[in-house]
Amino acid sequence: MATEKCQMRALILVGGYGTRLRPLTLSRPKPLVEFANKPILLHQIEALKEAGVTEVILAVSYRADEMEKELKHETEKLGVNLIFSHETEPLGTAGPLALAKDILLTSSEPFYVLNSDVICDFPFQELEKFHRNHGKEGTIVVTKVEEPSKYGVVLYNNDGCIESFIEKPQEFVSNKINAGLYILNPSVLSRIQLKPTSIEKEVFPYMSSDKQLYAFELNGFWMDIGQPKDFLTGMCLYLNSLKHRDPSQLYEGEGIVGNVLVDPSAKIGKGCRIGPNVTIGPDCVIEDGVCIKRCTLLKGAIIKSHSWLSSCIIGWRCIVGRWVRLEGITVLGEDVIVKDEVFVNGGQVLPHKSITESVPEPSIIM
Amino acid sequence: MLKSVILIGGDRKGTRFRPLSLDFRKPLFPIGGLPIIEHHIQACTELKELQEILIIGSYNSSEMKSFLDEVQAKYSINIRYLQEFVELGTAGGLYHFRDQIRRGNPEAFFVLNGDVCADFPLRQLYEFHKSKPKALVSILSTEADRTESVNYGCLVTNKVTGEVTHYVEKPNSYVSPLINCGVYVLSTDIFPVIANVFYSRGENGDWNGNGIKDEGHIQLEQEILQPLAGTEKLYTITLNMKWSQVKNAASAIYANRQALELQRKHYPERFTYKTNCTIIDNVFIHPTAQIDDTAVIGPNVSIGKNVVIGPGVRIRESIILDYSTVDSHTLIIHSIIGRNSKIGKWARIEGTQVDPDPNKPFAKIKNLPLFNQNGKLNPSTAIIGNGCTVSSEIILLNTIILPSKELTRSFKNEIIL
Repeated sequence: MATEKCQMRALILVGGYGTRLRPLTLSRPKPLVEFANKPILLHQIEALKEAGVTEVILAVSYRADEMEKELKHETEKLGVNLIFSHETEPLGTAGPLALAKDILLTSSEPFYVLNSDVICDFPFQELEKFHRNHGKEGTIVVTKVEEPSKYGVVLYNNDGCIESFIEKPQEFVSNKINAGLYILNPSVLSRIQLKPTSIEKEVFPYMSSDKQLYAFELNGFWMDIGQPKDFLTGMCLYLNSLKHRDPSQLYEGEGIVGNVLVDPSAKIGKGCRIGPNVTIGPDCVIEDGVCIKRCTLLKGAIIKSHSWLSSCIIGWRCIVGRWVRLEGITVLGEDVIVKDEVFVNGGQVLPHKSITESVPEPSIIM
Repeated sequence: MLKSVILIGGDRKGTRFRPLSLDFRKPLFPIGGLPIIEHHIQACTELKELQEILIIGSYNSSEMKSFLDEVQAKYSINIRYLQEFVELGTAGGLYHFRDQIRRGNPEAFFVLNGDVCADFPLRQLYEFHKSKPKALVSILSTEADRTESVNYGCLVTNKVTGEVTHYVEKPNSYVSPLINCGVYVLSTDIFPVIANVFYSRGENGDWNGNGIKDEGHIQLEQEILQPLAGTEKLYTITLNMKWSQVKNAASAIYANRQALELQRKHYPERFTYKTNCTIIDNVFIHPTAQIDDTAVIGPNVSIGKNVVIGPGVRIRESIILDYSTVDSHTLIIHSIIGRNSKIGKWARIEGTQVDPDPNKPFAKIKNLPLFNQNGKLNPSTAIIGNGCTVSSEIILLNTIILPSKELTRSFKNEIIL
């Protein structure tokens, strides 16, 4: 499209320590953990760039320097200006908007707000169009879920105008939930004070009673990947989406089953069966006769011969021995060594550990 | 001339060995690549003056036939099976077949319990017996850990003469660290002693109160050895040696390890391989088995006839019985795989090691009950019954699988009927 676009901005709520994604987040801030071979945050920033965003504000409360160092290079390549807004105390989901008020108010254009854990086929352009069409203060992206009782559901009329929010409904009222992606006019900032505030509970309900808030229905997959189980489910959904969007990115070869993403620098041995739903990061080595299903292997992981891995996240530079069996959402932190013939079921292994004995029941290995 | 009697019991015995004994007669279960009692036969053939081996049990002779044909052909010694039609106990059987034992006038005869696994020091035992002119019975004994000794026959001895001054079978409290190994040498003069027990019982009529056992049922340990203690007719030689009994599957794995070590020492020619796979000693592979060159086998593995082991398979501390197949990349640890079983790719069959306490010098393997006090299965050797099929990629952890099951999902700490 040749329409002259104004420069748009986005604020990403990076927030705290990412404890739910430990032990991975003990080594790297959550937004930098690679999801499908790319830091979680970059998935979002690239999609925002695509939609014409030129400035991204990261609302962070810790490890800002590390993130800046890692991300600056990537965002410069993309031509996106990265601004860090540092919280000295956790400000919830609305407070960071007030903290970044000065930056957000320099333009009258609407801005995006994203929860940093969300993965989907980001529909920013359609969202913007929908938002400008209804002309009200804000738009929330909503997504359909199977079990809405775990979330807050959103009720809205046929035009999308939100009528109410119901937290964790006992009876089924709707299967549409807040997807954690918004587009807001700068006027919304007048509704937020600089203090710990929840945008979902303390801002949106007032906007909806003023008929100023609309719902935009998301097509395709959506997942909050803030914990290991959902991280893996999200990866499956993402790879499936990639197969339809850009199948050339997926890996093909002997012994590959279903959707598999492999970094070009990774090496895969003979007689392996990889997939479905596997991501193999840069410099990984998969020796001969390995079977991997529904796993993410982060950079530099080594899997030795004859091992069997299912539903696991293998941290950076881990070494998994021969005839090892890992399953049940086992998460290996950075630089973990698993000795030959060991079985780990649902183990959460902290960085730099060496595991010499089997862990048949889910447990945390300090 | 000497003879030897191997006591193998019958169907009512060896129930702890289920489900393996559902299709295998326990005395014929292979340990170190040979049926358990073939180890006894091997030891007997080492004595030149030993001319006949009598196997006494209540299994149907047809069940023993192919084994007997095999060992008859293999060893140049007379081997016969004498079937009891009712279970007669350890001395009852000897008494019932006394004429067979006495025929040819042997100077003495050995009695070997069929479930013992040891390096039978028969020569030493016999020389000891000869040196005690009054001895009717000489028992091979070994030292056990104090707390474990109560699970066996316990002996108190005169350290100078070797006489057994007191004998008690499985006492309730600690008596002595010396235990009966189930290996004896007996003079034929023992028969009048057994006859006394037999006849004295006839007078009392309903001697055991419930009439379940045959009146000819006589226990060697309680009814013969116990009264002989302290009469200068019962002696023991105590040797420190590896000794175990095959009671259940866990003890079969332990006995397999011992048997492999002994076989390797005495019969190194049995340990040559046709395969180029990686072997970690000691491993017995039947000459008809096909093992892929990329497999890693051992330590302490016995592989039976016509077994097929695929690429990248890892097996340790296990027994793989005849005609089973194990597909690529599978791991088998502390397990017994029944005959004609099929194990898929990338499967994991794992039991828990049950070993004597290594910190106690005389500890023996414990025959733990199947369930603990909380009603949970005690983690032990994994057993896959005969003719089972195990799907690829599943894990069977501490499971006992009865024969002819098809397993398509993982199981842990369960018995699958």
